Amino acid sequence: MELLTASNIIFFILAAAIILFGILTVTSKKVLRAATSLFFVLFCIAGLYLQMNYQFLAAVQLSVYAGGIVVLFVFAILLIKNLGEETEQLCGAKRALGIITALTGLVISLITIYKYGFHTDSDRCNDIAAIIDMNEIGQTLMGTEKFQYILPFEAASVLLLACIVGSIVIAQNHKEEKK
Amino acid sequence: MSIPVEYYLIVSTLLFFIGVYGFVVRKNLISILMSIELMLNAVSINFVAFNRFVYPEHLEGYMYSLFVIVVAAAETAVAISIIINVYRKMKNIDTKSINELKN
Amino acid sequence: MELTNLAPIVLALPLLMFMIIGLFGYKMTPKFSGILGTTAFSIVTIVCYYIALTYFFGSGRLADGSMAKEVIFNFEWLRFSENLVISIGFLLDPISAMMLIVISTVSLMVHVYSMGYMHGEEGFQRYYAVLSLFSFAMLGLVVATNIFQMYIFWELVGVSSFLLISFYYTKPSAVKAAKKAFIVTRFADMFFLMGILILSFYTQTFDFGPLTEVTNNHVAIVSETMGGVTFCGLSVISIAVFLIFLGGAGKSAMFPFHIWLPDAMEGPTPASALIHAATMVVAGVYLVARLFPIYFFEAHDVLTIIAYIGAFTSLFAAVIACTQTDIKRVLAFSTISQIAYMMVALGVSGYEGNEGLGFTASMWHLFTHAMFKATLFLAAGCVIHAVHSNEMDAMGNLRKHLKITHIAFLIACLAIAGIPIFSGFFSKDEILVAAHEASPVIYWCQTLVAGLTAFYMFRLYYRIFWYNEPDYGHHTPHESPANMWIPLMVLTVYTCTSGFFPFTEYISPDLMGFESHIHWNIAIPSVIVALIGIGIATFMYKKKTEYPDKVVACIKNTYHYAYNKFYIDEIYLFITHKIIYKCICDPIAWFDRHIIDGFMNLLSWITNKTSLEIKSFQSGNVQQYAWVFILGVLSIVALTIYL
Repeated sequence: MELLTASNIIFFILAAAIILFGILTVTSKKVLRAATSLFFVLFCIAGLYLQMNYQFLAAVQLSVYAGGIVVLFVFAILLIKNLGEETEQLCGAKRALGIITALTGLVISLITIYKYGFHTDSDRCNDIAAIIDMNEIGQTLMGTEKFQYILPFEAASVLLLACIVGSIVIAQNHKEEKK
Repeated sequence: MSIPVEYYLIVSTLLFFIGVYGFVVRKNLISILMSIELMLNAVSINFVAFNRFVYPEHLEGYMYSLFVIVVAAAETAVAISIIINVYRKMKNIDTKSINELKN
Repeated sequence: MELTNLAPIVLALPLLMFMIIGLFGYKMTPKFSGILGTTAFSIVTIVCYYIALTYFFGSGRLADGSMAKEVIFNFEWLRFSENLVISIGFLLDPISAMMLIVISTVSLMVHVYSMGYMHGEEGFQRYYAVLSLFSFAMLGLVVATNIFQMYIFWELVGVSSFLLISFYYTKPSAVKAAKKAFIVTRFADMFFLMGILILSFYTQTFDFGPLTEVTNNHVAIVSETMGGVTFCGLSVISIAVFLIFLGGAGKSAMFPFHIWLPDAMEGPTPASALIHAATMVVAGVYLVARLFPIYFFEAHDVLTIIAYIGAFTSLFAAVIACTQTDIKRVLAFSTISQIAYMMVALGVSGYEGNEGLGFTASMWHLFTHAMFKATLFLAAGCVIHAVHSNEMDAMGNLRKHLKITHIAFLIACLAIAGIPIFSGFFSKDEILVAAHEASPVIYWCQTLVAGLTAFYMFRLYYRIFWYNEPDYGHHTPHESPANMWIPLMVLTVYTCTSGFFPFTEYISPDLMGFESHIHWNIAIPSVIVALIGIGIATFMYKKKTEYPDKVVACIKNTYHYAYNKFYIDEIYLFITHKIIYKCICDPIAWFDRHIIDGFMNLLSWITNKTSLEIKSFQSGNVQQYAWVFILGVLSIVALTIYL
């Protein structure tokens, strides 16, 4: 395997950025900074998707996550008074426990990945590495055949509807009650 | 296409456990929510990577991560509205102070 | 009227009165409750007299000249197994009929007397309620058809004794005395129960019928089942009956269980007269008399021991009585001494014909003693009522103020001293005759006691009614009201006359009865000894003289020992506090407190800690839940993949 092909270098850069900003997300004391780091993490993940030739997915990732969800976070942070500037104090014991848990899980998972030994057929990958047709994606989403996903699609639409209604109801300002 | 699948898995694993750490350690609800997003994304990377490298002829992982993004968007919207509501009631979004249901 | 119909009244009416006065007494006026109790007990007394007289002079005498043992009624109360049955019944034989008369007479007189004596006391109704309970229990005890019924009523009299001693329960000394009496008698009753259990374990019966059935000089059921069985080298029969005797010794205040009786004088005087002089304390004598055939035929050694214990106790108590200054205590020690006399008589008694004289004399003395000792106590009550003190020093020259009491007291003193024509002479004479036939040691001992008795009784008499008059101040003693001196007079009449009743023809161990006559060779010395005692007392105490102090100075040590009751109480305290508490109770208490409680505390501590820990799991903190969840998932993953 050639290490220093351009795509490899990009992968490593993206991977390093994901890990770095991920760590910043969970460690930065100011929530607004954490949200910014989160944005970069999501952005880099979209880059990973692009690397795997999944352009549509990368686009969705960018628009929904980076464009929508992160903005939602930022709004929420700004709505909540002082949260943007407030720093939070973490208790040492709690942090140690968190680190131990995370490291244990990490070690177990990495050992498992290492031992499993994936046999990927890179030639076959390369054959099908072509850009996936949008047409195909649409067929897959709407079709009722095997490997087609009309039912989850409809379920997701209902979920989104319920979510919109729920958010409105929950976030409603109960002014009537105050009167 | 010479990056093996393991590399993606390592990245997603690291990201996932960073999320776990944040979930367990952080105090305010928004940070916790962000940690959940990290974990969801790590899972998403796994789906996509497996799809790409193990079963490239199908779009199953692809579709799953698509739905994960949808569900994540919905979840975040509801969660943030709840958080704002909580803040209105308590003037605070620390997990420790949210214990009214207990009594 | 049929006895079957009448007999239940004797037990039921006092019990009913106890419940009525006890439960509703607080709603009655004191006077009403007193009159109610007394009226009801009058009926009981009439019934008792009717039953006893019908028995003695009518139905009781069988064709062959012996006295019958009638079971009037006997119903099954508890049935534990085929053989183990506890019945409640009514047994009528010479001694129980005699006891019916003693108890009903004394109790009725005390009922009447208490209306005057206890007038205006706090808890008057309670007093009458407990008096009824006591009467019920004592009557139930004497008519018991089986040893277990006797035991039940035995405990009931103990309880009512406890309640009456602690009548003035605000006085610490009364509370202490009541506790002492209860604990000492309970301690002895434990032996009684053990004796009962051993006896009934072998004979498989509680019933007095078979237990006192004599055939061919043996109590068949006992000798057949227990004969030859030994335990630690002693025959089981002896152990059993000796344990039973110990129970009786506790109630009858035999040495070394006598310590509770003097303290029991803390109770109201009429109650002392009834319980601690006339009736309850003779229960031990009655018990031995009841089981006399077993003692005589199957465990004669025990009977000899009883005689010696009795002789020792009577001498011992008489010596102490000479030194006491509290008049009720003098009477208490006198009671101990006289009861021991009865025990001696039982101990030296034979069985058949004239040989049963000791038994008869014991019962006779029981009867006469009940009468004259009740008289003495009630008279002492009148004295205490008049001068408001128990101490001799507060009294003197009272014959001028309390004329009736004086006469009654004098007659009773003469009776207890054994001066002819008064009842005590006859019964004491019979006892001495029986003792003379059995053992010279006991005989001389008892004669000495007779002299001492005369001395201390007349010392008491002179100190109260003669001597120098103390300063009564403006509160001159005056005679008691009629409801106090009438009972006194009635008992005095009994004291004078009961010696002339031919007891020997009716009461004897073999139920046959025999002729008796006064043995002048025994009587004259004893009368002379008594007169000497009276003479010394007259010489020393008629007027205030320096002789008593001189005598005390001569025998200083002995006097101090006797005055302090030979330190028996202190020995008890030493044994209980220093030895039993320190060596046995304290380690047990330590073990209980530290090991057993400690174990329990440890369990509770563990539970407490565990629950606290578990509680902290349920903190309501989502992150903690998540953390635990993640750890769980990780461990499951690790287990499933790598194990």
